[in-house]
Amino acid sequence: MSETPCRGCEELLELYLDGELAEEEVREAEEHLDACGFCHRHYRFERLLRAYMRQAISEPIPPELSSKLAALASKTEQ
Amino acid sequence: MSERASEKDARGLAQEARSRVRFEEEALEHADQVYQVARHIAGSREDAEELMQETYVRAFRSWRSYEPGTNIRAWLMRILTNLNIDRGRRKQRRPTEQPLEEGAYSLYDRLEQAAGQSGEDEEKLIERLSQSTIVEALADLPHDFRDVLVLVDLGDFSYQETAQILAIPVGTVMSRLHRARRLLRQSLAASVSERKA
Repeated sequence: MSETPCRGCEELLELYLDGELAEEEVREAEEHLDACGFCHRHYRFERLLRAYMRQAISEPIPPELSSKLAALASKTEQ
Repeated sequence: MSERASEKDARGLAQEARSRVRFEEEALEHADQVYQVARHIAGSREDAEELMQETYVRAFRSWRSYEPGTNIRAWLMRILTNLNIDRGRRKQRRPTEQPLEEGAYSLYDRLEQAAGQSGEDEEKLIERLSQSTIVEALADLPHDFRDVLVLVDLGDFSYQETAQILAIPVGTVMSRLHRARRLLRQSLAASVSERKA
């Protein structure tokens, strides 16, 4: 596997992780990830980082707010 | 009014009542996911709670303009982001003065440097970032960038959906998202260096 820094792939990796590539581009991206050690490691890092950040910033809706919203449904004129 | 006409009216009313109840149930089912985004778009917890209530009041009032079967989460989110702009609630953050020379990879490099020779795997490296550091770094992003990042990464909206919610071109979503991620990672990388120093 290649370990050469492959910094030009940053954007491609971003689109791949966002699920915004076309089918053919997904195949190309996956072939590249299989062949490039640098991108593979960064892909793994980025995936873990996104999941970790998501957990860090997720905050469930306060139960009192859920109740208030449900009450608004009947109070609001239709 | 003939008996037949009033029967038809009653049927119409019953159907509308059913549609309304279905709408309410569906909108409330998504409240948690809408809140996840509102919490970071609005800035503070209090602002997010107020914004949520205003959004749902508006949604329950204009429920007839929602087309059943379309994406109700995106519909609610459009109301929420518009209300947020109208109310001028956005906390203005100073625009970044730092150049964006470093790519998204600099955070990885910085974490590896901080770990030294210990040979930590990616998971251990990431755990060096504290929850408060991440929350603060997100809150410090300029709001235009943060809105896009939160909608895509936390709200799971596509670029196209995000563009529709914010009424901006898809190309703008992509450039803001890319810049938001770079800024966020740059800020996290700086926090790693500060702690190390």
